[in-house]
This record gives sequence, structure tokens and C-alpha cells, in this order.
Amino acid sequence: MKLNLEDIIRSLVDVEDIELENVEIDAEELIIKVKQAMLPLVLPQLQPQAAVQGAKPEQKLEALPEITFEKPVKEYRGYVEEVTLGATRSEGGTRGKVIKIGGQRTLYHFEGGWINKPVVSFDVFDIPQPQFPKALREAWGEVWDSPAEWAREAVKRGADLVTIHLVSTDPKVKDTPVSEAAKVVEEVLQAVDVPLVVGGSGNPEKDPVLFEKVAEVAENERCLLASANLDLDHERIVKAAVKYNHNVLSWVSLDINDQKTLNRLLLEEGLPRDRMVQDPTTAALGYGLEYTYTMIERIKLNALKGEKELAFPVSCGVTNAWAAREAWMNVAEWGPREYRGPLWETINALAVMLAGADIMMMLHPSAVQAIKSIIDSIFGDLNGVEIKYEDWLKV
Amino acid sequence: MAKVSPLEIYKYLPGLNCKECGSDSCMAFASALIERSKSYEDCPPLVKDEKYKDKLEKLIELVTPPVKEIVIGAGERTCTIGGEEVMYRHELTFFNPTALFIDVSDDLPADELAERVARISRFEIERVGQKLRLDGIAIRAKSGDPTKFGEAVVTAVENSYMPLMLCSFDPEHLEVGLEIAIERRPLIYAATNENVDAVAELALKHNSPVVAHSPGDLQDLLELVAKLRSKGVEDIVLDVGTYPLGKKFGECLENMVMLRRLAIENGEKLAGYPIMGVPLVAWLNGDEPVKAAMQECVIASAQLLRYADLLVLHSMDMFSLLPLLTLRQNIYTDPRVPIQVDAKLYEIGKPDENSPVLLTTNFALTYYTVASDIEAGKVDCYLLVVDTEGLAVEPAMAGAKLTGSLVKEAIEESGVAKKVKHRKLIIPGMAARISGEIEDLTGWEVLVGPLDSSRIPAFIEQKWKSNGKG
Ligand code: B12
Ligand code: SF4
Repeated sequence: MKLNLEDIIRSLVDVEDIELENVEIDAEELIIKVKQAMLPLVLPQLQPQAAVQGAKPEQKLEALPEITFEKPVKEYRGYVEEVTLGATRSEGGTRGKVIKIGGQRTLYHFEGGWINKPVVSFDVFDIPQPQFPKALREAWGEVWDSPAEWAREAVKRGADLVTIHLVSTDPKVKDTPVSEAAKVVEEVLQAVDVPLVVGGSGNPEKDPVLFEKVAEVAENERCLLASANLDLDHERIVKAAVKYNHNVLSWVSLDINDQKTLNRLLLEEGLPRDRMVQDPTTAALGYGLEYTYTMIERIKLNALKGEKELAFPVSCGVTNAWAAREAWMNVAEWGPREYRGPLWETINALAVMLAGADIMMMLHPSAVQAIKSIIDSIFGDLNGVEIKYEDWLKV
Repeated sequence: MAKVSPLEIYKYLPGLNCKECGSDSCMAFASALIERSKSYEDCPPLVKDEKYKDKLEKLIELVTPPVKEIVIGAGERTCTIGGEEVMYRHELTFFNPTALFIDVSDDLPADELAERVARISRFEIERVGQKLRLDGIAIRAKSGDPTKFGEAVVTAVENSYMPLMLCSFDPEHLEVGLEIAIERRPLIYAATNENVDAVAELALKHNSPVVAHSPGDLQDLLELVAKLRSKGVEDIVLDVGTYPLGKKFGECLENMVMLRRLAIENGEKLAGYPIMGVPLVAWLNGDEPVKAAMQECVIASAQLLRYADLLVLHSMDMFSLLPLLTLRQNIYTDPRVPIQVDAKLYEIGKPDENSPVLLTTNFALTYYTVASDIEAGKVDCYLLVVDTEGLAVEPAMAGAKLTGSLVKEAIEESGVAKKVKHRKLIIPGMAARISGEIEDLTGWEVLVGPLDSSRIPAFIEQKWKSNGKG
């Protein structure tokens, strides 16, 4: 849309105030460009008062400074790597669609550099989890005998990704052979068509062997192997990921220097930059969440400042929220735990997401629903109930 | 002020090193100013001696936080908001936790209103040794009748010392309320483009802080702030409008970030005020109460993380308040100092000279986890807390902050040897590595306990009661 000066003056003759929405004004040429999602802006005084008939001067007030609000957008030197999860048939995989994470060029969404939404992965385990808190037993108890069934149900409940945790491979749990664990992965791949995260048991001897096998059977599916850490032979995991086309999660315990070290090692071992995701450890709400929150903020700030060793998407094990007593314990003073638990997980997810997390690994369906609504709110994809804000006085 | 170094501040101090401020030197005082443990007024030469006038002015400018600190209320209980200096907590710390105000509406029957006001005032829950409370009462002019509003304010004032927020867009209502709460310095909600003249006058007359309300439009909001300032109003709170989950809510969060960034990183004075949100709008959704309370908690938590300094809530259900209060406690913990308990000997239950002595660290979370596990298991014992500078057992072990010699010191200083006849010490499983060291240095016999304190009661049952008893 282009207007010339005359048009504008003519339009100002008949009206007292003109308010344009979604415009940016270049005063010299008066080209009015329509921009997306701009804030409403009151047209500054374009003409000397006298030229605008009928405009009422502010009489009662002292001279006010002229205020022009501009979005405080910043320039950033660095950017976060974009990582692709999953591969479709045309790329040699079997996923229904791929998911891209990271890729931020700005710290905040309003600055325009957020190209991908944060996503949610549901946790699925290879064996039943009777020790789960009640709210989670109720949500998943019926399907946990079959990981494939569990994964299908997770997708129905809104999972962008599914994480299959092969916890039973731990020699201290069931010592499930890696060949059997690999079959579970194949079953899940067949059951759902969302990209997969594959979790090990955390056993430093067995995990590298496990990931080699899993990487092979899931060749070209571009899974996320979770995780490489400083305590195990990460090079084997990297090699397997590169050979069979997967991504690797670089996991440390709340130490930014450790994160840099491990990321650097994985890169040196041959992991391409666009195949790394990092997990700085998620401490539960009430049990150290502030460390996680601050570490993610620092990671994102440093990445955008140009620190390449930290410029990768962040994944968070939000499920750790359930370790907090407040999430599961039956304490009358704390109110009903069936509401408290999911809310605990939601707030945990919310905090890491606002700090800058790209993947939230979660467990409770209503917590997932809530966090997705918030993500959609920020990205402008959810309309929400229309209200008149002033009405809060009248509820 | 975050980016100011003590050296920069030192330039504007008298440099007398006279110690009148209570610091050992001007340089130490400069550090204390940065930490905000002292105020510039604590340096007598600077404030009294004319010749330092210029320095004083510059110093004030240097140490005044970019977000104005505002006090609501007067007397017994007040509430301070704003005063923030950084965008990210690791850059220094956040200073004033988000204030949580609970609403009451003026159409409630007097006894119900009094009861709710009392409940808000009494509310308290303990977490890791800190008492978490609510901060104020927001009285809504729902009835539309100034007399009723006045009566509600009377009831609130009579039943509570809590800071108040008087909520109406009608200056007549506000005036009635202010006359009644005249000694309480309530927060006035709100000045709008329409009523700004009258409300500014009220704010000045009653020396009360006032909310500038302009939902969804930062240009308009900043203009409104400028109008208030031009009339001499200095204590302002910014209301950008809150919406239920949806894109307007997303914009609201981003507006909050923009305001704080304008204030702190761009030095924009008009944005340099505390920000408020009204998660209570969740109750306008038409949802049933549980859903509304949950959404309210989500909105409030998001706003808290996006720089809200004051929130107005409706739900007093613990299931929705506890996550919010815990989040506030976490985010507003000073990253420079973990929450700690005193390092000393604690008695849990009713211990006697034969009771076990257990050792743990002074990180508050560790202490309270262990203490509550012991209490739950009804074990009578002594809990010896070692000063690990606020680190949990495992980080303390990793960082060599829990050592044999520290344990030795703790044993000696606590006088535990006089309380028990035996010489046996139960240490955390994670501290097993230093058991030999402790035995060598103290002569006490060390029993390595379980890794997780929840298993302490079982451990005592098996290992202490059967053969360990001294
Ligand atoms: C939060 C955290 C930190 C915080 C510390 C916060 C604090 N105030 O303590 C920060 C970021 C500062 C930190 C620093 C470090 N950390 Co750290 N940290 C953690 C983390 C994530 C949680 C620790 C915690 O809060 N636990 C909760 C409390 C309640 O646990 P707790 O005190 O141990 O108490 C339990 C038991 O010990 C037991 N217990 C306690 N008292 C008693 C008493 C008796 C009698 C008995 C029987 C039992 C018992 O019961 C309690 C409940 O289960 C752990 C990883 C993890 N998830 O455990 C790593 C971890 C402890 N850190 C680790 C390390 C290496 C460090 C650092 C050296 C470097 C680093 N990685 O950052 C530094 C050391 C500190 C220093 N000054 O130099 C390692 C330790 C490895 C090892 N085993 O040696 C861990 C395990 C992470 C890892 N896997 O690498 N850390
Ligand atoms: S009182 Fe003032 S001049 Fe004296 S030591 Fe303190 S800071 Fe320096």
C-alpha cells in the first residue's frame, strides 16, 4: 500500500485522530509498509498542528516529550544451529514428517529470529513403570506392557516426538541384550511415524554398544541418540551416529564448562554441527530448577554472542519434575495431588521453555497440552478466548 | 548498576577512609553499594559536606536501579517491588520477589469478605526453612457502588495489615477508598487515558503509588507514564494487560520483556518501573474452577519468569499456589549464595546420650530433606550440620568442601561429645570416600549410611538398634 502526502492530509481533515495499525513509518518518503504483527502505533504528528484542522491540542498538560515506541530489537553475532529430527521416505527414512529445532537468530520471538517452535517428546519406556507416581500410572498404566502401544497412545495425545528409553538394558535392571532392545526400537518405528529419540540406560559400559546396534537397525531415520556424556566412550556413539545418519544428545550435569568440553569433543570426533543437541540437566522445580534455568539462559545468550561451542538446540528432561515430593506425595496441606503433579511438570516445562529449551521430554498428557498452548500463544497460533481485559474487575 | 565496578563507584566517594559508614575503607563501601547491603546515605561526609554535592549527584545516578523500587503499604507489613538491575539473574541477582496479591470483591457479604481478608493475611507455608507468604489484597470495585467499595476497604483495613491495592477506573471510588486507607499507602489501580488527571491528583494527594493501565499498547502506555510524570507522580506501576492463553497472552509476555529491556538495556526512563500482571483473567474464560485455577497458575508463572513484579490472583488453592510460590523462591534465590541453614548441632525428636549422630551439609535443601526423612521415620537423633558453604553433599564432595578436617571442626564446635556417650558418626553414603580421613582425624568411628536419606530410618533400625548402640 502506498499513499502520498496529499492523501494523508486529506484523510486527516475529517478526522480528529488517525490510528494506523501494523505500520512502520519512514518519515522522509512517507512510504507506509505493512508489516506483520507490529504493535499498533499512534501516528506521530506528521504535520504542524495548524495544518491539521480539528486536531485538539493537549491543553491541560505541560509539554510532554515526544514518544516514539520502537521494539527493542537487537543485533546478534551468532545463531543457534538448526537440527533436523527424523527422515521421510524421500530421504531414506520412514517418518511421516521431519521436525526442525533450534535455528534461533535472536533471543526473543518478537525480534523475529525464531524459526522453529519448541517441541514436546513423550517418554516411553521399554518395560512397565509400576514405581511411577499415581497420576502417571493412571495416564499410562494400560499401555505400558507394550512400548509400541505406549508410543501410539503418546502420539494420539499430542507428542511431536517419542523418546523410547531402553532402561531395561542396564545390567542392574534386566540386562536386556542389545539385539532385543533394537527390536523394541524397530517396533516403535513401525507403530508411529513421528521422529524418535532413543534413550539408553545410563550404564556407561553398555550404552555405547547399545547405540551402535540401535543406530544400525534404525539406519537413516535420523533419530536422536540420548545420550553421550563424559563418563562413557562417546566416540563410539558419534561414529555410529555418523555412519547410520543420526543426531547425538550431548548431556552434562549443570556445568557450562563441561558442556563446552563435551560438545567440542563430539565435534572433534566427527559429529557434524547440525547433528548435535545438548542437555544441561533439568533439576526439578523446588530442587535446583534455578540452576537449570540460568544455565539455559547462559547457553542461549552465549550462543547468540557467537560462542560456537554452545550454539546448539537444548533438550530438557522435564520429567524430572516428578522427582519432587511436591509433585507426587499425598500431603493434605498441599492440596489434591492429581492437580498438583501435572501442574508441577507444566511449570517446570514452562520455565525451561522460556529460558530457551527446544525439546521438552515430558510424561503427563495434561502438562503437555498446557505447554503446547503456551508455545502456540507465543507463536500466535492459538486464538484463545476473547475477553475484555478490564472485565477482571467485574468477575 | 550491574555493569558498574567498585572502582567506578569509588571515584564518586570522598576517599577519606574514615570508616564512618561502617566499612573498612571507601573501596569496601563501594562494593557494599553494589551488593546493596549499604546505601549511599550511609556515608556521612558525602551526604553532609557541600563540597561533595556533585559527586553525590553522580553517585545517586550510578547506583539508582534502572527499574524504580516502589513500596506499597505502610506500617506492619509493606511490600517492595521493582528495584531490579539485570535482565538475567546470573548477571547479579534479582532483588525483590514478585508480589502476589489476592483479590476480594466489594460485593461479598461483610463476614465473607472479612474471612477472606484474614485468610490471605494468615497464609503461610514453609519450604526449605523459608516462610512463603502472600503479599497483598486487591479490592475490586465490582458492585459499582462507591459506598459498598468504601465498606469493603474498611473491612480490609480492620482485618489485616496487608498492603492494599484499590481497583477501579472510577476516580470517585478510588477517592472513597483512599480516604479510608489513608494511612496505608495503597496501590491505586488504575490511571487510564480517560481519568489520568483525576487519578494523578489523588495519587499526589495521598502520596500513593499508581498503576498506569494501557492494555496491549506500549506506545500508549509510555505516553501515559509521561503524563503521570509530568504531573509529578513518581511511583508508577506498569499494566500491559493480561489475557487468557492465546496469542494476546503471547504478546503480553513479549511486551513485558520489551519493557524490561527498554528499562535495563536501553536506559529508557519511561519504562523504568515495576510491571504487573493479572493472571486472574483465567477466571474470565468460563472454565470450571479447577481448570481456571490451573490456568491462572500457568499464566502467573509465565509472567513471573517474564519480569512481572506484581501479580493479581484469585485462587487460594494450595495445589496452584504451591508451584507458583516455589518457582518464585527458585528464581529469586540469590545465585551468589545458596539458601543455607546454620551449621550447628540440631536435635531431631527427643535424642538422649545413646542416640545416633548423623552428619549432613548446610545446604538448606539437603538439611530439610534429611530432617524431614528422619522425622517421618520417627528417629530420635542428633544431626550435625557441617558448613560446606551451602553445597549439597555430592557437589560438596566434588568441590572438596566436605573434608575430614571440616568434620573435625564441626564435632569440636558443636560440643556433641558432651551430649552422647558413644563415639559413632553416621555419614551420608555419598561421603563414603572421606570416612577413613574422618576416623583418623577425630577418633570417631564412622558408619557409612545409605545414599538417599529416605533410607535412614531403615538403616537405623538395622545397623544402629541391633549392634551399633554405644
Ligand atoms: C545442583 C548441583 C550443583 C550446584 C550446587 C548446588 C548446591 N547448593 O549444592 C552447583 C551448580 C553449584 C554444582 C557445582 C558442582 N558440582 Co554439582 N550437581 C548438582 C546436582 C544437579 C544436584 C545436587 C543436589 O542439589 N542434590 C539434592 C540434595 C538434596 O542432595 P544431597 O545433598 O546429596 O542429599 C542427598 C543424599 O546425599 C543423602 N544425604 C544427605 N545427607 C545425608 C546424611 C546422612 C546421614 C545420610 C545417610 C544420607 C544423606 O540424602 C539426600 C537426599 O537424597 C548434582 C547431580 C544430581 N542430579 O544429583 C550435581 C553433581 C553433584 N555435581 C557434580 C560436580 C562434579 C560438581 C562440581 C565439581 C563441578 C560441576 N559439575 O559443576 C561443582 C562442585 C562445587 C564447587 N564449589 O566446586 C557431580 C559430582 C560427581 C561426583 N560424584 O563426584 C554431580 C553428581 C553431577 C555429575 N554427574 O557430574 N553442582
Ligand atoms: S564514610 Fe564515606 S568517606 Fe568514610 S570510609 Fe565510608 S565511604 Fe569512605
